[in-house]
Parts: sequence; structure tokens; C-alpha cells
Amino acid sequence: MKTMALHHCSYQVARAKVETVRALTDLEKLFRLVLPDGEALNHDPGQFVQVSLFGVGEAPISICSSPTQLDSFELCVRRAGRFTTALHQLNPGAEIGIRGPFGVGFPVIPLEGNDVMLIAGGLGLAPLRSLIHYIIDNRRDFGKVDILLGCRDPQSMLFCDELEVWRKRLDINFSCSVDRGAPDWEGNVGLITALIPGVHLEPLKTVAVVCGPPVMYRFVIQELLKKGIAERHIYLSLERHMKCGLGKCGHCQIENLYCCRDGPVFNYADIKNIKGAI
Amino acid sequence: MDQQALLPQARLGEFVAFLAARQKLIGPVALGYNQYKFAEVTSLEELSLDYLPTILPPKKYFLPYHERLLSYDLSDGQGMEPVVEVEDITLFGLHTCDLAGIQCLNMVFSDHPRDLHYLTRKHHMTLIGLECTDYCDHYANCAMLRTHLPKGGYDLFMTEMNDHYYVDVNTYTGEVLVREADLFERVTPLALKELRSLRDAKKKIFQNELPIRYQDMPKLFDDTCDSEVWTQVGDKCLACGNCTNVCPTCYCFDMADEPELGLTRGHRVRIWDSCQHETFAEVAGGENFRGQRSERQRHRFNRKFHFPLERYKRVFCTGCGRCSRSCMAGIDLKETLNALIDERS
Repeated sequence: MKTMALHHCSYQVARAKVETVRALTDLEKLFRLVLPDGEALNHDPGQFVQVSLFGVGEAPISICSSPTQLDSFELCVRRAGRFTTALHQLNPGAEIGIRGPFGVGFPVIPLEGNDVMLIAGGLGLAPLRSLIHYIIDNRRDFGKVDILLGCRDPQSMLFCDELEVWRKRLDINFSCSVDRGAPDWEGNVGLITALIPGVHLEPLKTVAVVCGPPVMYRFVIQELLKKGIAERHIYLSLERHMKCGLGKCGHCQIENLYCCRDGPVFNYADIKNIKGAI
Repeated sequence: MDQQALLPQARLGEFVAFLAARQKLIGPVALGYNQYKFAEVTSLEELSLDYLPTILPPKKYFLPYHERLLSYDLSDGQGMEPVVEVEDITLFGLHTCDLAGIQCLNMVFSDHPRDLHYLTRKHHMTLIGLECTDYCDHYANCAMLRTHLPKGGYDLFMTEMNDHYYVDVNTYTGEVLVREADLFERVTPLALKELRSLRDAKKKIFQNELPIRYQDMPKLFDDTCDSEVWTQVGDKCLACGNCTNVCPTCYCFDMADEPELGLTRGHRVRIWDSCQHETFAEVAGGENFRGQRSERQRHRFNRKFHFPLERYKRVFCTGCGRCSRSCMAGIDLKETLNALIDERS
């Protein structure tokens, strides 16, 4: 068997430089990355990249910055296993490999001109943040914007400084809730589903985008449907382990759909009858 | 050059020697105990042309169990070079079911985004088929899937007749082989007649093994999504992954990095994986989207008879029977399909 050089392939990685690293909580770090020559990643909000560290491996990470940020992109990474632990040890100046962006992102065009309801649970805020920043940067193109955030506890809340900004802005209705309060917590305590009934919305012109842990979806969708939002107007970002990102390896497959190729963002009406999707 | 030729049976040995002298020749070899494998051969004597489907299908040459995708060198940061492991190979004596399996893999890997590792290797293969005139054993269900007859996917295709092999020349590569071997004769009207009667006889032998039509398969799986049959199959299953390893159309894989001893250089490799393994659909944090063996078995059957029809317009089972033959728990594909059909009616 001969080993030959291949001119090009889908598995090759591009170099990216770690510009800054910021600890968001005990578990999550935010990496700002720059491509060679400051080239833009040119992604859609909600897409993901395969992050590579040779000798350790590869993992799919959703992009948490908006494509309107042209000079760099950001990844929010929770330390959960071998690969993410290695990633957490990196300092500014380090190099990582990038493949992508991959997948179908959030429905930016159908959202334009409509009221937008963005619902994030826990680490789901990371992918959704790419859309939130995109909307803020193009705020005039959208109707009323509601952001609902649910977290386990105040300590695990991500992007706290940005949340404060969103809370203060008049063109965004931001509310959040924690499952378990803390002594100095003054906000809501309870599940995110409890926030939905209180939102004033016009169901016919509202599109909801939901991103959170798998258990959250069923309950959130029930509440959204109760509010009169059409199934077609609900978008979800699903979590699976995309290993190749090319619609081949099978790990992220949901029935006949590949999460890496057909998702990770799906329209609820398209997947509600697919077994094992939600 | 005609599109068909005859090879006298007495000269098959010379043809095999000619092929082996040209480039690496692979064919079915007996292992004893009615087991066969594809392996390198240099002469006709080493081949077992009357063989049951081999333990592993020819996919091992197209999509090796372990293959290097990239070579990296950490002294250059995340520097890397795409590499492909490739070799000129002639695969000899492929049954129609295995040719169909290769056709399925070709579709998947030439679908966008194209897999250049696979496609590079594919272009280094010469494929020579061999027709079955009878069933290999009771596990086969090729007639139902219409893979018991040649439908392209080969350079040459040989059918054994009384004194000759009737050889269909399907490609320019095949034409060159026939010309250069200089062992072939022109097709005679008698040979054509003999081929027709052989194919007629096959029609009587190979009949749909299951009471369902090809085009009705997706509906069967739509209807039996919540069937008890899946629970029963799941209860038997050992989640070993034998069925997917031996399947000619299973191509799920994993990727890993293999550093050399010095730790600065190494390779990113692709290794076969199986949707039957417990952690296959698990994500960081421990959530498992197909944690039950019954779900994983249902997924496997759907990936053969249901899902590919939408994207590739064909069933991804070739009827070779390998999964049933190799299952340690005795899960039988035909039995399972029959149980689903029974339950629905």
C-alpha cells in the first residue's frame, strides 16, 4: 500500500490563531480566533466548525459570534471531555485547526420583518448568541425582539456582561430565570417554560428560535404552541455528535437526516414526526 | 473489439496469471469450515471460485478498516498534509451482490461533499465479476433486491458456461485486458443461446424470497416503527457490531489521531465504526440518542431499506446475507423482515 499526497480533501484543516481566552464560568471558556490574513470565517449564525488539535482529535463546536464581526470569530467551549480539556489549556497565541463552517444555521431571512422570540437554555445561549448579535447589528430589519434565558443557577450564567447590556436596551425585551436561586440572586427562579406565558406577542408575526438541552425542547414547544405560534414558525437547534461534518460518518444521524448537513437548525414542522429527533 | 468475448475454461489459469502479473490481484480464497475471504492471489489454484459470500465484503479495499487521512507535524503548529493510501488492485470473482454493494458506496462517497480518499482509491480498482447460477445458501435474499443479475459496476463480468466463460466487456479498461491477455475468442451464436438459457434457468431458481415488493419496503418500515419486533430483536442483540462490519454497504466511521512515538508527527485516521455500538450516538454530557439496542437495530434496518431510497433511490441491502450469517445472537435479516410483514398484516 502506497501513501500519496492528496491535493485537497474535506478533512484538511485551516490554521486559526487564538487571540484571546476568557473564562466565562468554572466550566466554560470563550476563545476569540483569527484566521490567516484576518480572513472572515463567512458563516451563518447557528453553523458550527470542527475544531482540531492534532494529537488530541477533533470536536464540533458551534460558532457563538455573529458573521457581522468580520475580523475574528468566537467559540464558547465547555470543559466536558478529553478534547475540550486540552482546548481549555490553550493560551493566546496558540494555533488550532478549523474545518467548516458546516450545516444549516438559523433562519435569518424568514426572521426579517417578523417579531423574534429567542429562547436559550444553559449552554444553548452560545449558538444563539451568534443570532442575537446578528440581530442587534441589523436591529432595524426585525420587529419586536424577545430574549428568554434559562440557566441552572446564577453561577453557570454565560456572558453576564452582555446580558446586562441586553437587559438595559429598550429595543430588546430580555428576561431570564434560574432553576435554583442563590442568596444574592434577585431575578426569577423557576423553569424557562414559566417565562413564556408572560410574553406579549402577536402569534401570526412571531418566529421562535429555541436552543438548549434536549429535555428543554418538548416543554418549551408546548408553551409556544399554547401561545398560538404556528409549528412552521418554530426553529430548533439540535445537539448531536457530528464527527465528519460531511454527512457521511453516521454519528449525528436522526432517522434519514444528518444533523451536520440538514441541521443543526431544523424547522419544528419538519421534524416533529421524526422519531428520536426531540 | 466486441462488447462480449468468450474465454475458454481451459485458459482461465492463464488469464489469472496474466492479471496477477499486471498488478495486485485479489480474489476469493477458502479458509476452511465453509468460510472465505478476499485475499491476494497469484494463480488460479489459490482461488475458490465456487464460494459463499466472503466474511468481509470487498468494501475493505475501497474503505479500509483503518486509513490515514492527514499527516500532521506539530513542530509546524497545526500544519498538515492530506494523504491517501492507494494501490492498483484487480478484484477478481466478485458476485453481483458485492458489485451492487460497491455501487452503493460509490454513490455515498461521490455525493457532495465528495470524499476524495475514497474516490482516488476507486479509480485504482479493476473489477471483474463472476455470475452466480444458484443460491449460495438460505441466508441470501438477492432476488428480492434484484442484485442476482449483473447491472454494471464492473470492468469485466464472467459467466461460467459449459466450456467457456461468457465475458461482458463493460469498460475501456476491460477492453484493454481482453486485448492484451490475448486469450479470448469471439462470441458465437451458440454461446449467446447458452447464456440466454442460463439466465432463464436463473429466473426459476431466484425468486423473491420475501412476500413483499422492492418498492413497498419504505412503507413497511413507516408502518412498523413502533413494532414489538424491534424489542425482540433488541433483546437478542449483543451490540457487537458484526452485522455492520460485514455489511457491504455500511460505511459509518470514526476519526482519531495516532501520534508516532516521537509525539510531534502523526496521522489523523479513519476507522470503521458501528451504529450498533452503545456510545455511537452519545454526545458530550452523556445524552445518548440511541441508547437502546432495539433502537439501534431499527436504525440499521432503516438505513438499508428505508432512508437511502429518498436520497439515492435504491435499497442499501444487497441480499448477500452476511449480517445473518455472522450474527452471534442469530438475528436473521429475512426472519426479521418476515416478522415485520406478518405483524402488519
